[in-house]
Amino acid sequence: MSIEIKVKRGMNIPMKGKPQTSVEVLPRSKYYAVKPGDFIGINPRLFVQPGDKVKAGDALFYSKYQPDVIFTSPVSGTVKEIVRGKRRVILRVIIEADSNDEYKTFRTDDSSRDSVMKALLASGLFPYIKQRPYDIVPSPEDIPSAIYIPSYDTAPLAPDYSFAMHDYRKEFQRGVDVINKLTSGKVYLTVDGNGKSFFHETENVELIKVYGPHPAGNVSLSIAKTHPVNKGDRLWVIPPWIVVFIGRLFEKGIVDMHKNVAFAGDMLENPQYYKLISGAYLNDIMPAKIKKGKNVRIISGNPLTGTNITSDGFMNTADSSVTVLEEGNKARFFGWMPFFGTSRKTVYRVDFDWFSNKEKSYDTSLHGEERPFVMTEEVEEVVPLDIYPVHLLKACLTGDVDKMEQLGIMEVAPEDFALVDYISSSKINAQNIIRDGLNVMMIEVG
Amino acid sequence: MKGLHKLLKKYEHHFLEGGKYEKMAPAYRAFYTFLYTPELVTEKGAHIRSAVDLKRIMFIVVLALIPATIFGMWNVGHQYYLQAVPAGIESSVGFWKELLFGAKKVLPLIIVSYVVGLGIEFYFAIRRGHEVNEGYLVTGLLIPLIMPVTIPLWILAVSVAFAVIFGKEVFGGTGMNIVNPALTARAFAFFAYPATMSGNKVWVAGAAQHDAISGETILGLLAQGREFPWTAKDMFLGTMPGSIGETSVLMILIGLALLLFTKVASWRIVLSGLVGGILMGLIFNAWGANSLMQFPWWQHLMIGGFAFGLAFMATDPVTAAQTKTGKWIYGFLIGVFALLIRVLNPAYPEGVMLAILLMNVVAPTIDYYVVEANAKRRMKRLKLKN
Repeated sequence: MSIEIKVKRGMNIPMKGKPQTSVEVLPRSKYYAVKPGDFIGINPRLFVQPGDKVKAGDALFYSKYQPDVIFTSPVSGTVKEIVRGKRRVILRVIIEADSNDEYKTFRTDDSSRDSVMKALLASGLFPYIKQRPYDIVPSPEDIPSAIYIPSYDTAPLAPDYSFAMHDYRKEFQRGVDVINKLTSGKVYLTVDGNGKSFFHETENVELIKVYGPHPAGNVSLSIAKTHPVNKGDRLWVIPPWIVVFIGRLFEKGIVDMHKNVAFAGDMLENPQYYKLISGAYLNDIMPAKIKKGKNVRIISGNPLTGTNITSDGFMNTADSSVTVLEEGNKARFFGWMPFFGTSRKTVYRVDFDWFSNKEKSYDTSLHGEERPFVMTEEVEEVVPLDIYPVHLLKACLTGDVDKMEQLGIMEVAPEDFALVDYISSSKINAQNIIRDGLNVMMIEVG
Repeated sequence: MKGLHKLLKKYEHHFLEGGKYEKMAPAYRAFYTFLYTPELVTEKGAHIRSAVDLKRIMFIVVLALIPATIFGMWNVGHQYYLQAVPAGIESSVGFWKELLFGAKKVLPLIIVSYVVGLGIEFYFAIRRGHEVNEGYLVTGLLIPLIMPVTIPLWILAVSVAFAVIFGKEVFGGTGMNIVNPALTARAFAFFAYPATMSGNKVWVAGAAQHDAISGETILGLLAQGREFPWTAKDMFLGTMPGSIGETSVLMILIGLALLLFTKVASWRIVLSGLVGGILMGLIFNAWGANSLMQFPWWQHLMIGGFAFGLAFMATDPVTAAQTKTGKWIYGFLIGVFALLIRVLNPAYPEGVMLAILLMNVVAPTIDYYVVEANAKRRMKRLKLKN
């Protein structure tokens, strides 16, 4: 038996540059990096110094307030540099990779929850799990009442996991089996309701079939349907590739972070999947793949929720796609003119091709300037949760903790507001507002 | 167009931080971003954004107002030649002459409204160092359209100033105001200068010079229990005296069609407002105690400011209820109150303005209860669990 989720409100953004279903092995990068900033809610303390030798799976740093939560190197090599930012915040731990990986071996045992947790923590795979509420690294002491694996990403230019992970389905199943030990409740797997892939045949999971436009695949919707988050609840979300890595860990006893990453965006000569290790330095291999003479932005992740990595060049270890878009830093004469200016998919019918779903080239232009909230109904159009998004955003802006909780902050993650960023005629940054609100809640309520 | 862009960019440095006219930056930005969508790229949040900004939205509303504006100009001329010019001459005037006469009367009102309103907006933007907002592009056109054509320019200017300062800027500008600024202007003019806003001399240009003129609106005549010469066709087409932009239901429907098609206006408000109006109309028809009550319910929808108010004022997203459920209630009550005030208040036969202003004030309360119900559901779930 499976659960069905049908979403009506939302929007699929038809972007050019979908990755072709082909995989190429990317030559090994010279450098790899782990970025503490990718893991929300942790305060890094270093284990290593520049010059230290590490194996794949060796600890690099740990979380100050949760010393059990450690972060490990995806490759073997030498720690080259600790890059720090303002107020000496650690931005990246850079490892110069050996030509071949040497793996640290872990003794794994999936007989009990404790032994599984021990292996997950030691291998450094644990911090890739996310906790709801708050969308942060969970606490190892918690026992989640359910676990969610979102295998169907509906975001624009998102990877198709059913293709990317097809060769690793055995490891995926093994990972799922292990994960079942972690929770007292069920393990849910969200899948494309209209598709048919190996995910549909996965055992030891409760399938959630998802239909409809983005954000249908977002895990918040599955949670709202099956296990609405209340104060004090703890649910875990495990990204699909991490399930594979967990499977590998328990199969082979090593941390092997090879994965097929979707390289998308119409600024790439040939958008497709590449096999690489998480955290790879892309700037030495990207130029050959990008269209000539274009001013581009390289994004780790999808265009709605990803991180701009144009300057540092390291793909985030947690991401499974890279998007390359043209920078939109061009002024356009009367660009705001309805029907004649730039046309983009939106909730309004202010273009002549409002009905069309033709794929278009999207750049990073803001298409206007930031303004106060005016058009409030558009926000509701793209947030298919049982919450009042405008009021929640306003509560976050004013930092009203009680109000935020009453309005459902526990049930959302920033990614659920990514489409609000996109459609907003006032050009608000809803994801940041929600993230700030969640951070306030974390401190005030815990 | 490259040359113009270069020219603008050449002077940009004066307005940047440390420049000669640094403080005037909002004014420069307003002009520049009107001509060019700026080269800003996404810094935070989603990397891609839709091409819709407030300029595009507001321009749609301005477009939607244009049929009513042009018709209003023509009708000003038409009513003038029909009523204020001695009989015998009007038959030979023709469309263009009437339009030209109307334009001469109406354009100064529009210009004064924009100059005064935008002047104040620029002043506040510069003073506060924030961007000039697009909201006034719509308000500035709405205000003349809901005024009688004979309104003295200075009264219009004072009303605009009052509306922009006390209706909007004291709350923090576009997006923060409680009541619709255009209606604030009309309400101010109505209560401060009642002689220029009602009676039988104000609705037709040049009427003040003539004694025997039927320059009264239908509502005015109905309130006095008098006969009127207009048919339902006149009411629909708008060939009768009234506020400049409010008379033609046909032109308002064309504008409304654009607003609803583009989804800029909320169909929920319009539909529920219509239902509310019809319901009250039917109730009054059944009651039938005076000529306003006996007036057919469907004609009630075509006279006064009902159509215009429901299409362009009630749907203002800032002052309306902001939840979908709230919008149903908000619209419905506007329809109900508009007719209630129109029929039961003998001193002032036009109720739409007051109904919308009243509901503007009530809208946050409606939203409060709608949102509260959602919060209660959530709290109940939490209680069940514990």
